[in-house]
Order: sequence, then C-alpha cells, then structure tokens
Amino acid sequence: MLKRYSVHLILTLLGGLIVYLAYFEYLGLYFLSVLMFMGVNIILSSSLNLVNGYMGEFSCGHAGFMCVGAYVASVLGVWLFARDRVFGAPLLDPDYALYAFPVIILAGGVAAALAGLLVAFPSYKTRGDYLAIITIAANYIIISAIENMSSIGGSRGLMGMKGVINAMEDTLYLPWMPIWVFLFTIFCVWVIRRYVSSTFGKGVNAISQDEVAAEIMSVNTNKIKTITFMLSSGLAGIGGGLFAYILGYVNPGSFNILKSTEIMVMVYLGGMGSLSGSILAAIFFTILLELLRPLQIIKWIVIPLVLIILMQFRPEGIMGNRELGQIFPRLKKFYRFK
Amino acid sequence: MLELIIQNVINALQWGSFYALIALGYTLVYGVLTLINFAHGDVFMVGAYIAFFVATFFLVSLGIPGWLVLALCVPLTMILTSMVGVTLERIAYRPLRKKGAHRLYVVITALMCGLILQHANLAIFGASRKAFPPLIQEHVYNVGGVSFTNLKIAVIVTAILVFLILHWIVTRTRVGMAMRAISYDKFAVPLMGIPLDQIIVITFVLGSGFAGLAGLLFAMSYPVLEPYMGALIGWKAFIAAVVGGIGDIRGAFLGGFLLGGIEILVVAFFPSTLRDLIAFTVLLVILTFKPTGFFGVAKTTKI
Repeated sequence: MLKRYSVHLILTLLGGLIVYLAYFEYLGLYFLSVLMFMGVNIILSSSLNLVNGYMGEFSCGHAGFMCVGAYVASVLGVWLFARDRVFGAPLLDPDYALYAFPVIILAGGVAAALAGLLVAFPSYKTRGDYLAIITIAANYIIISAIENMSSIGGSRGLMGMKGVINAMEDTLYLPWMPIWVFLFTIFCVWVIRRYVSSTFGKGVNAISQDEVAAEIMSVNTNKIKTITFMLSSGLAGIGGGLFAYILGYVNPGSFNILKSTEIMVMVYLGGMGSLSGSILAAIFFTILLELLRPLQIIKWIVIPLVLIILMQFRPEGIMGNRELGQIFPRLKKFYRFK
Repeated sequence: MLELIIQNVINALQWGSFYALIALGYTLVYGVLTLINFAHGDVFMVGAYIAFFVATFFLVSLGIPGWLVLALCVPLTMILTSMVGVTLERIAYRPLRKKGAHRLYVVITALMCGLILQHANLAIFGASRKAFPPLIQEHVYNVGGVSFTNLKIAVIVTAILVFLILHWIVTRTRVGMAMRAISYDKFAVPLMGIPLDQIIVITFVLGSGFAGLAGLLFAMSYPVLEPYMGALIGWKAFIAAVVGGIGDIRGAFLGGFLLGGIEILVVAFFPSTLRDLIAFTVLLVILTFKPTGFFGVAKTTKI
C-alpha cells in the first residue's frame, strides 16, 4: 500500500507545500523563480535525454525547439487573453485564461513537435556527427526565422505574457505559475518514463545499441526515430512555453547554442539514459548556476571546465545509465514509479 | 549586368576564402582523427586576437613600418595560433584518446574548450570591440566597372595557395602519407613504425596555423574584433566542410567557396537578415539527400 502510493503522496505534499509557501509569500520572489526554473530545467534535460541518452544520437540544438514552443505559447496567450500593443484587445474573455492556459502550453508543445520533424526526416539516412550538424542547423534556422518575423517582434523579442498571468489571478487568486510548472514537470517526467518502459522504449534502446541489428530484428527504426524526435522536441516546447511565461519576455537570442549547451551539460552531468540522473542533475545545475551568478562571465568558464573534468574522469555522469532504484536497491521497497 | 556578375563573383570568392581556410582545419583533423574539433572556430578567433596584439605591439611600441609588420605578423600569428591548437590537443583531447574514450566524450570536450576560449577572452579583454590597425595601404582598382581592392585579391590568392600547399602535403609527402594511413586504420599504423602522436600534433599545427592566418586576413578585411566572432563563422565553415564531404581537402575548399557564393547571392537578392536562414537551409537540404557531402565516401557499417 505504502509502496504503491508513496510517490503520489510525496509529490502531493511537495506540491501542496510549494503552493502554500508561495500563496502566503513565505518564499521570496527570487527563490520561487529559482524553483520554477528548476522545474523547466528538469523538463528540458529529461526530454533531451530521450534523444541523447536513450537513443544514443547527438542532438545539440534542443533550445531551438524550446524557442518554437515558447513563441507559439506566448503569441497564442497574448493574442487571446491579454491587451497588447501589437495584437490589440483580447480576442476572448480573460476569464477563460485559467482554463485555456494548459491548452496553450500544450499547443506550443505540439508546434515544437512538428518542428522536430525538421530533424527527424534527415535522421533516416544520417547518423552521428552529420546528424549533430543538422540539429545545430535546425537551431539556427528556427532562431533566424523568428528574428525575421517582424510581426511578432523579430529580434527585439515579445512581451505581454504577464497580462495572461494577471488574467488568471484575477479569476481566482492562487500562485498559478508555480502550480502549472509543477504539474507540467510531473506530466513530462511521467510521459518520458511511460515511453521509455513501453515497447517503443525497447526499440529506442535497440537503436542506441546497434541500428542495423535493430532493423533486422524488425524494429521499425524510421518510425521510432520520428516519434522519439517529435516527443523530445514537443516536451522541450512545453518547457519553452513555461520558460516564456515565467520570464514574461522572450527574444530569439536567449535560445541560442549556449542554451542548448546548458541543457546538454545537464544531461551529461546526470548520466545518459538515466531519468533520475537527469532530474538530479537539473536540480543540482540550477542551484550551481544561481550560486555562480555573482561570478558573471567567469561562470561560463567554470561550467565548461566542470564538464571537461567530468569527461576525463567520470564520462558516464553522476548516475551512469542506472536509475535511483538500481543504485540504492533498498529504496525499491518504498516506492514504485511507472 | 556582366560587371554586376563579376563583382559578385569576386565578393563571393573573398568571402568564401575565409570559410575555405577554416574548413581546411576542420577537415584535416576530422580526416586524421574522425574528431569534430568544435573549438576550431574559436581558435580562428584567438588567431585574430593574436594578430591584433602582435600588430599593435610592433606598430605602436616599436614604430616599424606597416609592410614589415605584416611580414612579421604572418609567421608569428601562425606559430602562436598553432601553439594554442596543440595545447588544446595535449590538455584535452590526448588524455581521452589514450583512455580510448567514446568519440562523443571527445566531441563534448571540444565544444566546451571552444566555450572556455570565448569566455576567457571575454573575461580577460572585456566586451569592448578591438579595432585592428591598418597595416598596408588599401588601393581600390576599377577595371571596367568592377571594383576590387588589393586586399581582396590577396585573400583569394592566399586561400588558393594554402589549398595547393595542403594538397601537396597530404598527397605527396611522407607526413601526408602517414596522415592518410592513420585515417585508414588507426591500430595498424603504430605497428608500421609511424609515430601516431607526432603526426596528430602536426595535423593540429597545420589546421590551427591556417586558422590563425585566416584570423589575420579577416581582421585586416573587417577590422573589428569581438570574442564571439569565431562562433558563427566556425559553425558555418564546419558546414562548408561537411557539404564538401568532411575529411577531404578538395571538399572543404569547394564547400567554402560554395557557401560564400550562396551567402553573397542571398544578400544580393534578399534582405541580408535572411542570410543565415537560407545558408543553413541549403545545408539541411544537401545533407538530407546526400548525407556524406560531395566528396565524402559512405562507410558501410558491419554488425
């Protein structure tokens, strides 16, 4: 009984605690935003782990898909529910913002998944280094395309997402952003966990070990690659949408190759093919980034150095490709997470 | 109309020369080690900075005339930049190679080395842009409506010379033969008495040295230096190398000029902000239909 529901219980308590603390403003705005970025980073790193870890490809343009999700979600939200200089009066009654918000974020995810096709189609014939280049190119193409769309701000960026959040809070006063980030983080981790342990997940693993052999064993590699790339970039889009609403401002420059590198660092820090590793690494990395913030530009020397040292001495990351339950077998008695 | 075409061809050749020079470095290292040296674009940036410091040192503190400074700058920049490249190889790549680490880890290390070079530069010299001092008098020639400068011609001629030299080294000398042998079979080569590490160091010296030369030429043509200048040009040069078929010197050369041509064409007919978009889209299309590039050979994988 305990084993079955312990994860649900812990998550409910944790969520309740965060909402309680945020509602009565025991947590400062800064601390709350660090917590929210932690959630977004968990989504991003675990979704990139799907491609880089489980499937064994080398994608380094994850921030591009995040950008698509962020822009689609923000434009939809601002267009529908907020008064804005660019889009004019809200199209729908702002009272509906609360109910439509998850739909908007998911729409961003779907758009990002479609953008993932940009990488999925070339991946049929291309592997390894060449595919890495294609993902970088996709990242640049997406950023450059958005920079050239002057109707949504171009390289100046897009604002007005705070209006949507205010509309939600007018309807019912609750700290909505932490709640949605928390729920979406759990949703994304759950989806990835289900996907990896499904039949498709076995196929993904087979591709990572040997693509030709997998194909002979009747794994439809093209189909699995398409689905995995779409799922991974779709979840990144969800993360991007949340990122945009937390910041209240997006510009294409913040989704460049540096952001992709940041996500990659988290994946390799945690260990390829380990979901709990990605989550731990995302939490650890977010805290590390905040601690290093006073160092300003030195931060970007320390982080690559950490990764270089990691590659020299423990290239498999913190967790290797094992999950938490495999490292501490006794924990298995207390929880079950599927 | 004809003048316009010739004018654009000259511009494309000059712009493509930079890509070709950097792409040669990528392709040399890839051909020998099958390693994407992602730090190469930043080595180019470091080369431009080294050229800047060498030039200002000689020009300001010693007061030597410009043409002599240039004559000193070329070998000094190439030597110092190749030392940066070799240092990277010694500190970051060689320990991993000795351990027999997975190629992916080496690629990530390379990417991180590039980031460190960029931001160390930013931290040490600040974000202010540096203006490169003019070394030689720039003459503008005008032949039948087509205008070009002596610098433009020098850049194009240098790129072609470097290509010929490298092609000669790889195909005609013993070192080049050893390079080709390593790319063919890394395990049998030491058994034949070929010093693996030395050849790899020579490869890095050649690649980084020519990146330094490209940095010097770039700084002379577009005399504004900033720490991030290497990143985008490096990525694009890499794309040029891949489009030509990475690992093949002719491919890198051709790919560089092709990419330069495409970009100049785009700027001639569309708004210049679309340049990156179209260049990267062309790459995506080429790689989708011909994944190994123009000169690359598809490898068969065995189970």
